Amino acid sequence: MKRLTAGLVALLLSGCSNYAVLDPHGESAGSISELLLLFFWVCSIIWLIVMLALAYAIFRKRPAVSGADLLLGAAEQNRQLTAIVSVCVAITFLVLTGLTFSSYIAGKAVADMAQRGTLTIRITGYQWWWDVEYEDTRPDHIIYTANEIHVPVGEAVKVKLESGDVIHSLWIPSLFGKRDLIPGQHNELTFIAEKTGIYRGQCAEFCGLQHAYMGLTVVAEPRATFDAWRLSQLMPAAAPKQDLQVGLNVFLTRGCALCHTIRGTSAGGRVAPDLTHIASRHTLAAGALDMKPDQLARWISDPQAIKPGSKMPWIDLNPDEMRAVTSYVGSLR
Amino acid sequence: MSVLKSSPIYDLRDTGLTDSALDRFLTETWKTPSGLYGWLATVDHKIIGRRYIITAFFFFILAGLSAAAMRLQLAVPDNKLIGPDLYNQLFTMHGTTMMFLFAVPIMEAFAVYLVPLMIGTRNIAFPRLNAFSYWVYLLGGLMIWIAFALNSGADAGWFSYVPLAGPEYGIGKRSDFWAQMITFTEVAGLAVAVEIIATVFKQRAPGMTLDRIPIFVWSMLIMAFVVLFAMPAVMMASTMLILDRLVGTQFFNPAEGGDALLWQHLFWFFGHPEVYIIFIPATGFVSAILPTFVRRPMFGHLAIVMSLISIGILSFGLWVHHMFATGLPQMGESFFTASSMMIAIPSGLQIFCWIATIWAGRPIFKTPFLFVLGFIVTFVIGGLTGVMVASVPLDLQVHDTYFVVAHFHYVLVGGAVFPLLGAVHYWYPKVTGRMMSETMGRWTFGLVFIGFNATFFPMHLLGLRGMPRRIYTYPAASEWGTTNLLVSAASLLIIAGLVIFFFNIVLSLFRGESAGSNPWNAPTLEWAMQSPPPPYNFLRIPAVSHREPLWFDGSVLNVVCGLRVDTRELLTSTVADAVPELREPSVRNSIWPFLSALAVGAAFLASIFTPWAVVWGGVPIAIGLIGWFWPKGDPEDKE
Repeated sequence: MKRLTAGLVALLLSGCSNYAVLDPHGESAGSISELLLLFFWVCSIIWLIVMLALAYAIFRKRPAVSGADLLLGAAEQNRQLTAIVSVCVAITFLVLTGLTFSSYIAGKAVADMAQRGTLTIRITGYQWWWDVEYEDTRPDHIIYTANEIHVPVGEAVKVKLESGDVIHSLWIPSLFGKRDLIPGQHNELTFIAEKTGIYRGQCAEFCGLQHAYMGLTVVAEPRATFDAWRLSQLMPAAAPKQDLQVGLNVFLTRGCALCHTIRGTSAGGRVAPDLTHIASRHTLAAGALDMKPDQLARWISDPQAIKPGSKMPWIDLNPDEMRAVTSYVGSLR
Repeated sequence: MSVLKSSPIYDLRDTGLTDSALDRFLTETWKTPSGLYGWLATVDHKIIGRRYIITAFFFFILAGLSAAAMRLQLAVPDNKLIGPDLYNQLFTMHGTTMMFLFAVPIMEAFAVYLVPLMIGTRNIAFPRLNAFSYWVYLLGGLMIWIAFALNSGADAGWFSYVPLAGPEYGIGKRSDFWAQMITFTEVAGLAVAVEIIATVFKQRAPGMTLDRIPIFVWSMLIMAFVVLFAMPAVMMASTMLILDRLVGTQFFNPAEGGDALLWQHLFWFFGHPEVYIIFIPATGFVSAILPTFVRRPMFGHLAIVMSLISIGILSFGLWVHHMFATGLPQMGESFFTASSMMIAIPSGLQIFCWIATIWAGRPIFKTPFLFVLGFIVTFVIGGLTGVMVASVPLDLQVHDTYFVVAHFHYVLVGGAVFPLLGAVHYWYPKVTGRMMSETMGRWTFGLVFIGFNATFFPMHLLGLRGMPRRIYTYPAASEWGTTNLLVSAASLLIIAGLVIFFFNIVLSLFRGESAGSNPWNAPTLEWAMQSPPPPYNFLRIPAVSHREPLWFDGSVLNVVCGLRVDTRELLTSTVADAVPELREPSVRNSIWPFLSALAVGAAFLASIFTPWAVVWGGVPIAIGLIGWFWPKGDPEDKE
């Protein structure tokens, strides 16, 4: 039955990508998608029964009655109908009780995961990007990055959610449901990614002009790969080779460093994403573009054409400066 | 006329007059003078109700056009047709207009027009307040749309969450216009609610005991009570928002001890009952139309009234299900899951009763009945997806996605607009005296029904495939493109259906068959007088002894006599048993409600720009109200 359901739903959703709620790869998304199938079936059956009843009520054969009796012969009909309607209401009550109970059980399973977190990530929402910090008791083991998180497969990860401006909401459909990031409030969620893969997340609470392009990438990988990634992220940016030095100079002197940090250089701005290892990420501009040299050049040369309203300004660079800064930023692996 | 007005010593009663003499006297007493003065000064509930309906449909068209623009933008991925700034204004204006300027006002407008006719009285209670409320509503609606035309349209969503709508992130005056528009429309909405309650409680025809009140009137009464308790919450919230923005209070600023979530609690404490403010009257339409077209009284009259009352009460216990993702404790959320599920019981009971009535009756397939059937088919889907979003874990996945967009359009369009379109076809003959074209009516139904389902059903799937709401575009890699194109194409069918609908309304004014007093052979009192109704509604006040007076009270209604005809007088009766109590004078036409509304509008509008408007704006408002309430030496109520 369950397989049949899954097949039917898959048919409905043909062409479904790694976005889908019904294609769960995380423990909480998994128990939710089972609940969804239960609700889907119960509701579909109820709708079908109601529609059949309606169709029967409309089209049933009626005995011939003269006009006067039409209005007066209602009393005995009413007795019959009262019984039927009462039974229907009782069934409605029972079905709703069952659904409420199963919803509570599923919700409790999701909530109970909160006890098991091994890794804590603090995510702060800004218009329109995500600031990421991997917490650690040793300050030199804290990772700073943005718009992409890596997690070890099969381990419970606790996410602390805060907002730096307006309300945002973090949602990775394949892994877990939404949780809001609200200024002045500390929210948390815990999730387990069960399969390796790259999952796309998205801001789900309307947050202004670029709400559409406020994406977060989640990379779930085996523990060993994750540890290697973690070590690489802790490193400061490599000192630029001879030909890239020009790019760093442009970065430092033409305004980029006012907002962005590149650890290991004197660029220390904290109001925009940390770029120390930007070239190791999968996307640019919170998911608006892929991390490729040509797209990076497009983004730097005219951010407002790609994300109108974005806080990244257009900077008047000549073609040489543009090439230099693009190759430098593109080298920050 | 001047003789009659200036010498009330006449004390002319309707008792011994012939029908034609009575008609002459009553018309003279109750008529609206012609010309601009009459147009601005009328307090006739029928004229004001008609105006309300036309204005609300005008805003409906504007909001529909903004939806069409959004569908154009979303038809293909990475579309650059409409930028994020305009798109955000469009979806905000669409939601705001549909909820505040169309759905609630049009439901109240039908009440303003029909309730006095259905309960057998000559005008609504507080007729000048009624006139005032219309002008305030009109000014508020015009204000926010003129602001939109000047690129100052609200852009923080119809829910205007802070801090996005607050002083720091809400740019320009956009959210100020939004917040003041709320104040305008809620003043109007509360005024009408008070009128409906007073009218239903005190002005029913003799013999119309609580048990004999038509379900339609019950639904409007319950809606009025829900308005009365829900709207103050949003008025308070919008006032706090405008104070934050205008004079620097910090109600919603966490950095200064305020709370961003407070807004959500206040807004949804209103916002959820709002859905039922729209839905309860719509069920009233259904329960009025259905018996006429199945030629049988409603089955389960008492059960339906009880379930409407319980829906009205329960609607105040659901607001948190809009806030499941905000991080409230799980125990509290479970409580709201249970209460959200519970409201499905009275809603389900109503559906069972409607189906039972159809089963027991003999359907005639006219356009209003088709819309009722379309309502049942689509509303049940909306109700069932409502059960899904009531579950906390499911809601965390589908919240703020297109699944929810699909859900509430099934509830609001399927659940309220379908009955409304049915209601327009049903009562049009009463209002205009002419029938609408049945052929065009069927085309309207077919196109709107198919177009609606083809537009909104696929949105459930888009939501499950991860498409969030309120995004102005989406990347091609998301693979939402094909479905969105289908959705946009299907919305053309809805537009075509509505074009036929409006064409039918206009054309039938000139070409429609003459309707007579009761073209559908309907059972309730509004069909007792000629169509369109005369200014005084009933030649003599009817006395009823059944729920369906025109079916069961015999071919000639009993009447009560003794009201004066040379001055405006109503009959008031007791709340429970409708025993006649008093002859109550009813006010004459007056220009002061219009002038007061202008003064109030000017003060509200100016207060967007300076807090001093509240001080100086008070002066013209005071003048307006003094003129309005200036004692005219009218005699007191008579036993």
